[in-house]
Amino acid sequence: MSADQEAIKDVFSSFFLEQTGPESARNSMPLGFDVKAWKRISETGAPGMGVSPPAGGGASLSDLVIVAEEAGSQIAPLPIVDHVVASRVLEKLDLLEEEVLTGTLVAGLVVRPVENGVAKSVPTGAIANRLIALNGDKLLLITDEPPNKSLPNHGDLPIAHREIKNTNVVAEGKEAAEIFDRALNEWKTLISAFLVGITRSSIEMAVNYVKDRHQFGKPIGSFQSVQHGLADLPGLCDGARLLVNKAAWSGDKEISGEIKLTDNEISDFATLASMSLIFAGETSLQATDRSLHYHGGYGFSEEYDIQLFYRRARAWSQILNNPSEECLHLADLLLKDSEG
Amino acid sequence: MDFELSEKAIDFRSQVKKFIENNLTSEIISNMHKTGTFNDKSFNEALASEGLLAGAVPGYGDRDPVELYLLFNELEKAGAPYDGLAVTMLVAGIINAVGTEFHHEEILNKLLTGKHNCCLGYSEPDYGSDVASITTKAEKVGDKWIINGQKMWTTMAHESDWVLLLTRTNSEVPKHKGMTMFLVPMATPGIEIQPVPTMASERTNATFYDNVEVEDQWRLGEVDDGWSVMGIALALERGVMGGTNPAVPLLKHVLNWAETTPDKNKGLMINNTLMRERIARTAIINQVGQLLTLRAAWIAATGGMPGVEGSMAKIYASEEYQKVVGWFQQMAGAEGLLSFGAEDAAASGWIDYDARHAPVTTIYGGTSEINRNNIAERFLGLPRSR
Ligand SMILES: Cc1cc2nc3c(=O)[nH]c(=O)nc-3n(C[C@H](O)[C@H](O)[C@H](O)COP(=O)(O)OP(=O)(O)OC[C@H]3O[C@@H](n4cnc5c(N)ncnc54)[C@H](O)[C@@H]3O)c2cc1C
Repeated sequence: MSADQEAIKDVFSSFFLEQTGPESARNSMPLGFDVKAWKRISETGAPGMGVSPPAGGGASLSDLVIVAEEAGSQIAPLPIVDHVVASRVLEKLDLLEEEVLTGTLVAGLVVRPVENGVAKSVPTGAIANRLIALNGDKLLLITDEPPNKSLPNHGDLPIAHREIKNTNVVAEGKEAAEIFDRALNEWKTLISAFLVGITRSSIEMAVNYVKDRHQFGKPIGSFQSVQHGLADLPGLCDGARLLVNKAAWSGDKEISGEIKLTDNEISDFATLASMSLIFAGETSLQATDRSLHYHGGYGFSEEYDIQLFYRRARAWSQILNNPSEECLHLADLLLKDSEG
Repeated sequence: MDFELSEKAIDFRSQVKKFIENNLTSEIISNMHKTGTFNDKSFNEALASEGLLAGAVPGYGDRDPVELYLLFNELEKAGAPYDGLAVTMLVAGIINAVGTEFHHEEILNKLLTGKHNCCLGYSEPDYGSDVASITTKAEKVGDKWIINGQKMWTTMAHESDWVLLLTRTNSEVPKHKGMTMFLVPMATPGIEIQPVPTMASERTNATFYDNVEVEDQWRLGEVDDGWSVMGIALALERGVMGGTNPAVPLLKHVLNWAETTPDKNKGLMINNTLMRERIARTAIINQVGQLLTLRAAWIAATGGMPGVEGSMAKIYASEEYQKVVGWFQQMAGAEGLLSFGAEDAAASGWIDYDARHAPVTTIYGGTSEINRNNIAERFLGLPRSR
């Protein structure tokens, strides 16, 4: 991490700690969006950080993964990942509005292709004023008012279906597909970082809990089965972070990377983004599962925070795709020469 | 963290790749599996004359640990015989760290020619994970040491000129404080080697020490301070010297097989959905194994001791390898059981071989449980459970 990146980490880690966290997650239910915290983070200029320097931004993907991990570590109910990705698309299309830069309008991505005129289960569907969507070979900008009401869901996210009504076609054909693919790969990378944050915090919560909780006259963290269940996790968490950082690094590079499957040399952005989402997703499932389990019955109670992390890990790791399907997409990238 | 290797490292890697292309014959590979000895002296010698061996000694000269990682990673990915080399270079690294001038001249310099090997004599029949309880005894008689006892799992003993031997020199003090390390020439009278065959092709040995007499100059480190030498050995080894990408050559063999083998629906296995999912997952595992190892190398390169990070890489790579082998063996059905040389063996027998080999990777070099203890205590800060 460069000195600049250390500074980014410090700033955002204290921001999310002070302004978000489990309490904010609870208070922002059922919408899944903490409007007050969004105003605060908008004052720092963060919603516009992903665009180019002349437009007032300048953060690379490698910088943004740091922000996303910190957000994930406090399960921030803020559309920060979607917003920075969508604002980068809007800038590319020369459609960047001042209100998006300042965060007054929320922007997001319809991560799955539109079907039959409806964008289903959009992650920021309940709150986004600007949505980028791919409909067949057309890239759409959806600008109607968001419903401000989410579909009740596992991860308390601002999910909603959106009908395709007030839309503009902003790109077509190959250009549309390329812009959307790039955006989706950025989204995968940053959501993976958010999941790494969830994983990191879940491990910390478990370790603190097992040092504190006593049974049979000693801390439960002195029982070897508990220790070993936890000892698996930091390596997985670090592995996921390394993979996500590598994806961001490849996404920041000007030249496109390569895929040498049998030599285990991979620097292609789309491939690494897909790997990150699958691996960071799975790691977060395992870490939240073990952490909840070692909290005993309290882990299952609404009062304890781990259940919030547990549910969000599941939500973010499959909101785009069933992970097995994502693996098949990855296999297509890895095995380009053999037909799929 | 930089994912871009330095220019020097990239040059080094292409030099290694080129060396492998020119020197690793299919004969060498089939011979290592026939004999069970994953060591080839002429291959090692060729590495030395190419100037690549000095880079294989951890902590030696101006070599970057990233290059050390690259060398063993390339050898591992190519399926080359590197077990003997890894152990030998580890011993070279230990000598470099704590050896005397005599050890440098008499052993280290010879190891760098590739013509000689060392083996590790830590484990005993009764003490493996609890290696600090070993009982092989070294007694000072006059100015000589007399060694008596038995070691188990002394892999490469039959290829070696020296054994790095952990002995008990004091039973009056706590167990960690009464051990001394020696480099014993294998040609010393009183040493006997018995082969121990394993469920995979690889061979290991039991070694016996009956009134073995050595001079004090063969002692490595201080008397009763053998545990510190062990500590150095573990820190040098963990993660960086191969063993964290075993599923890379496996995947290569599996892909060759899947591209030419029909599935039940008369398509090719490579187009089978479950197969493709598993190939994708294996590719992720291989990347993560590589990144965790590279991280350990980075830590070493910047002056740190990647102890816990090495444990993380070792647990991850070995356990995932075993899982992946299990998937592909099942995917191959009955033919996944057929061995090298058998007609119709899936992937020419490689799947059967890897499925035989995988279990030991979670045992030797510190079992998964011992590595988990290490992470729980030293990284998570949990109370000692033993
Ligand atoms: C093919 C092969 C090659 C080898 N090469 C060498 C070599 O060259 N030199 C050398 O010195 N040794 C070598 N070894 C030995 C190897 O390092 C030991 O096998 C290993 O350390 C485990 O010791 P053990 O076999 O005595 O098992 P044990 O220590 O008896 O362990 C048995 C089981 O109990 C578990 N266990 C033990 N203690 C604990 C604990 N505290 N907490 C939780 N679980 C525990 C272990 O994880 C394991 O699952 C080799 C072994 C093999 C199989």
